[in-house]
Amino acid sequence: MGRFVARRLLQMIPVFIGTTALIFFMVHVLPGDQVRAMWGDKQPDPAQLASLKHKFHLDLPLWQQYVEYMKGLFTGDFGETLSGRKVIDVISEAMPVTVRLALMAFGIEIVFGIALGLLSGLKSGKFADKSTLVLTLILISIPVPVLGFVFQTIFGINLKWVKPTVQDSTDLQQLLLPAIVLGSLSLAYVARLTRTSIVENIRADYIRTAVAKGLPRRKVIVTHLLRNSMIPVITFLGTDLGALMGGAIVTEGIFNVKGVGNALYHAINQKEGATVTGFVVVLVIVYLAASLIVDLLYAVLDPRIRYA
Amino acid sequence: MRGASQAKWVVAAVAVALAATACSSGGSSDSSGAADAKGSFSYQSTEPQHPLQPANAMEVGGGRIIKNLFRGLVDYDPANGKLRNQVADKIETTDSQHYTVTLKSGWTFHDGTPVTAQSFVDSWNWSANTKNNQVNSNWFVDIAGYADVHPEKDKGAPTSDKMSGLKVVDDTHFTIDLTAPVSYFEYKLGYTAFSPLPKVFFTDPAKYGESPIGNGPYKFVSWEHNKAVTLAAYDKYAGVDKPKNGGIVFKNYTQAEAAYKDLVSDNLDVLDQVDPSDLASYKNDLGDRAVDQPQGGITSIAFAMYQPDWQGADKAKVRQGLSMAIDRDTITKTVLQGSRMPADSWVAPGVAGYKKGACGEACTFNPAKAKELIAAGGGVPNNKVTILYNADGGHKDWVDAVCNSIRQNTGVECVGDPKPDFKTARDLIDGHKVDSIMRSAWQQDYPLNANFLRDIYGTGASANDSLYSSPEFDQLSKQADAAASIDKTTELYSQAEAVLAKDMPAIPLWYYKTNSGYSNKVQNVKFDSFGDPVFTEVEIKK
Repeated sequence: MGRFVARRLLQMIPVFIGTTALIFFMVHVLPGDQVRAMWGDKQPDPAQLASLKHKFHLDLPLWQQYVEYMKGLFTGDFGETLSGRKVIDVISEAMPVTVRLALMAFGIEIVFGIALGLLSGLKSGKFADKSTLVLTLILISIPVPVLGFVFQTIFGINLKWVKPTVQDSTDLQQLLLPAIVLGSLSLAYVARLTRTSIVENIRADYIRTAVAKGLPRRKVIVTHLLRNSMIPVITFLGTDLGALMGGAIVTEGIFNVKGVGNALYHAINQKEGATVTGFVVVLVIVYLAASLIVDLLYAVLDPRIRYA
Repeated sequence: MRGASQAKWVVAAVAVALAATACSSGGSSDSSGAADAKGSFSYQSTEPQHPLQPANAMEVGGGRIIKNLFRGLVDYDPANGKLRNQVADKIETTDSQHYTVTLKSGWTFHDGTPVTAQSFVDSWNWSANTKNNQVNSNWFVDIAGYADVHPEKDKGAPTSDKMSGLKVVDDTHFTIDLTAPVSYFEYKLGYTAFSPLPKVFFTDPAKYGESPIGNGPYKFVSWEHNKAVTLAAYDKYAGVDKPKNGGIVFKNYTQAEAAYKDLVSDNLDVLDQVDPSDLASYKNDLGDRAVDQPQGGITSIAFAMYQPDWQGADKAKVRQGLSMAIDRDTITKTVLQGSRMPADSWVAPGVAGYKKGACGEACTFNPAKAKELIAAGGGVPNNKVTILYNADGGHKDWVDAVCNSIRQNTGVECVGDPKPDFKTARDLIDGHKVDSIMRSAWQQDYPLNANFLRDIYGTGASANDSLYSSPEFDQLSKQADAAASIDKTTELYSQAEAVLAKDMPAIPLWYYKTNSGYSNKVQNVKFDSFGDPVFTEVEIKK
């Protein structure tokens, strides 16, 4: 187990360097001149334009810009945005908001997704199963922006239960509505994955054995059936957490949440290489850690899986 | 996109339903009640893109905050756009080139230090300097000695940190010498770049940019990045426009739709602009709290005059013909949902020197005459035009409508030429690589017709994207700049505008409008010709 973890950690290094380089160069090939864009429809002053480009090292060849950036990164300096703020400040403002939102959405999809999946799996073919099927079908087929606007209008403007947009991005209560919208699609997937897995495993030999040896139904379901059925669900959840952390640009926009999605969208629009890469660095770490945890969880869930 | 437009319908339907119920409950919102002078209001804004320094705000996010933190020598009266003295007691000149400025006494910065002649001179010298990286540094270009602090590109570093044209006489007097006469220099002085700066600024400009100290009606309170900037009324403000409220919260929104929802539910007090998807319903939603008035800006389509296709005297007829083929009335009413006003000149109304109908017949929809003129001018090369625009600015709908208008009425093939974003479109325009026609928009820097004419159509002017060059136009604008009075200047520029009507280097399409609104919590909300609310006039209901 220890060696497996060590090997995985070592593998992260090339992945990490590769993704940062890739993103850095990709931002660079985005069309347009980000310093020129500061002047909008007006014409820039050539001397000032040159001076500003020099300030942001944009007058250097690309590889040199990357070397400069990586040099800073290893000393803990994430660079500056075009507005002269430290990228690390931008990240540390946006990250906690998104972590809150993502964890809430994640919690919602786990609790309700697995519960629904379990229910319809156990009652397969019955009314509960059919209605779950319809519900998840609806959730999967409605695009997130539509769901966002509809919820916002119904709960925010019509019923006035919540404010239509998030006024304080750190307030968990206000984040509830965006979290539900954000979690709803994955909730449907989790429910369906769980159901399929349960239906498959319920006919497995070890379940029949467990029932035959007279274990209580509750124990059969929780420790034997559910645990073994979780593997595909966990795989999905692991990648989904990474996706949630990467920010939900659409949902954050609709509800005016000042999280990673918003910041990243803005940075890509402005072609701020340092900011985009800074966020990606953090996200890659989150993603790699999540997938490592998923792999380790396999062994916990299924005793047949061993890592050496 | 089908999903998104369905959502709009749902929202629109609900909004209409809401408006209906609001109406039936009896409108009590229109009565103007007593105002709370201490209360503050919120305003839809965006994150400032630069530190809050007066010459470093090109975009509205920072610009509107700077505008409230500072007052320069003069500003524009929001009621009529006319110049009004603020810190200046008088600005005197006999030749439009050498100015003597007398300041009023009693003005102070928010830290209590007095505003003196030195505060202005130091500020301008610093802002103009290339190495201080202010986006508006070239606003000082008229002042003698500018080249010393701001040499042209590739001509080395600044050789001085002072412009020789600025001299402090005493605490309340200083002189400005320009390199050439500019009769409307006073109009330029109303721009925020010409604000004074306190001594503390020069100790650490970067730190200052995070918590600025100005001399305007509002003082800085806090800046929560990406969330809000808060200002409070300054009780020792010496200007004529004392705030009638206690402060402003500039609340950050990334999507205009979200701001609109907050406005409808009274979580936001004053809106910047209604987003396109709510334009159809906002007057219903807001009733008499909806704002719809002209703004000092214009959208045109400019010809790439550097392409051989558009050269030659006859081609002016073709350009006039194309202009006549565009049904401005219908497009502004339908596609643009009333958010623009058909243009009949190159200068927006409300601007000093605006001449109604300056474009004349060429801006009046007349398909028959259009065909005639195009034929007389030898037709459009290859019988096809393209209109270059940036796809990220919501321009597709009207560009397509303009093209349809041209195609249907003249038989000339016309297609939009979208570029993925503003930066990409700008690269092509700046590089003079536009094939045929390009979108062109202008928002006033100051409400004077010179700003709409010389800065866009003068030979070598910085915003002359079409590379249009007319000796006649240049001659008139030179005379206008040297004129003895503002009235004479605007008149001469009107004559220069007539040259545009003849040459048609750009087709004026429509003027900007301010489509906005305010919540039930505020009253007396008016907008100026810049599209900004008159912040100091807003009253908070008790």
